[in-house]
Amino acid sequence: MRQSRAILLGTGLFVLLGFAALFFMTTQITNREFGLGDAGYRVTAMFDQVGGLKPGAPVSMSGVTIGRVESIAYDFTEYRARVTLRINGEYDKIPEDSDAGILTAGLLGGQYVGIGPGSAETFLADGAQIEFTQSAIVLENLISKFLFSKAAEKPEATQESAP
Amino acid sequence: MIGAVVRELWQSLRDALEALGSYAFFAGRLLAGTPRALLRFGLVTAQIHNAGALSLVIIMLSGLFVGMVLGLLGYDLLERFGSEESLGMAAALGLVKELGPVVTALLFAGRAGTALASELGLMRATDQLAAMEMMAVDPVRRVVIPRFLGGIISMPLLAAIFSLIGLFGAQLVGVQLTGVDAGQFWSQMRGAVEIDDVMEGVIKSGVFGVACSLVAVYEGYHSAPTAEGVGRATTRTVVISSVLVLLLDYMLTAIML
Repeated sequence: MRQSRAILLGTGLFVLLGFAALFFMTTQITNREFGLGDAGYRVTAMFDQVGGLKPGAPVSMSGVTIGRVESIAYDFTEYRARVTLRINGEYDKIPEDSDAGILTAGLLGGQYVGIGPGSAETFLADGAQIEFTQSAIVLENLISKFLFSKAAEKPEATQESAP
Repeated sequence: MIGAVVRELWQSLRDALEALGSYAFFAGRLLAGTPRALLRFGLVTAQIHNAGALSLVIIMLSGLFVGMVLGLLGYDLLERFGSEESLGMAAALGLVKELGPVVTALLFAGRAGTALASELGLMRATDQLAAMEMMAVDPVRRVVIPRFLGGIISMPLLAAIFSLIGLFGAQLVGVQLTGVDAGQFWSQMRGAVEIDDVMEGVIKSGVFGVACSLVAVYEGYHSAPTAEGVGRATTRTVVISSVLVLLLDYMLTAIML
């Protein structure tokens, strides 16, 4: 059966588009860069607990997004989590003694890295490490701490209220 | 009185069973002829063009708007809990696992299924199928099976395109319009969507493709050779396909959950 080339072209395009969509869904939904490309510089920070932080999460100072979390890995020399941050090149005046913390946006929101500026005269450069870190808060630890402290102060409280 | 009702019920039950048997017999005939039809792939390619490539515009347009609605509604709902960052995850899972395959199948039944049924019905009404039989050409093998296969191949591809366009629609509304962070949108999605979820969508759309194509070619091939018969075949195609797709969707979701 002879077919016009337009039909073959259309069919080929459709099949190509379909498989491209499938390919994109199977690969890109699980791996994507966020337009920062190779621009900017990398900074690492060690955390005892990263909680639900994921690669691609924003890095912010005072709520302004200045970069992204590039990768999260476990460091077996320090036995802590190593988080690599990629900071946008235009934000190159972050004091060296700044601190990084893993914070949560809203009650159920995603987690991000917040950087609080220090007061040093020298600035973080490519490959530098942020020394002062604050880990993510794990809700279970918080609740158990709260319960234990409540249990500890209870007898005292009843004694005071008795007389 | 009661006897007449029972007889009526028995009759309709027998009719339904007869139709089901006829469907099964026809499906067996299609399957038996499939290997040889695959050898003449040119016929199938033409049908992939008819069923798939020509449905592309309506699928892409619907996908875009379904995704945009999902982005808007999802944002409105999630914002109440202060977790609008989860929008990407919600939109992706909803589209890839459920909305993509189902809405594509419904649109496919409306766009390609009706075209198949009325084409075959008109061939029947104008004695083209009988003419082929006269020339010792098996119309099932020459006309019906390529259409059946074209539909089956097209459906998963259309569903994938629908889901992807929908995802960009949701991203358009969620990130560009309402201001969910782009990184959070994609990273939450990445964290939640697994390869199994994508595969579930592909399997679902494959099954829907078989169901919709089978209904369309069966109804068209077995239509009464009149103008009214062709019209009825087209209507039945849409009704049966739609109900069947939703029914199968529930069963497949329950199995793969």
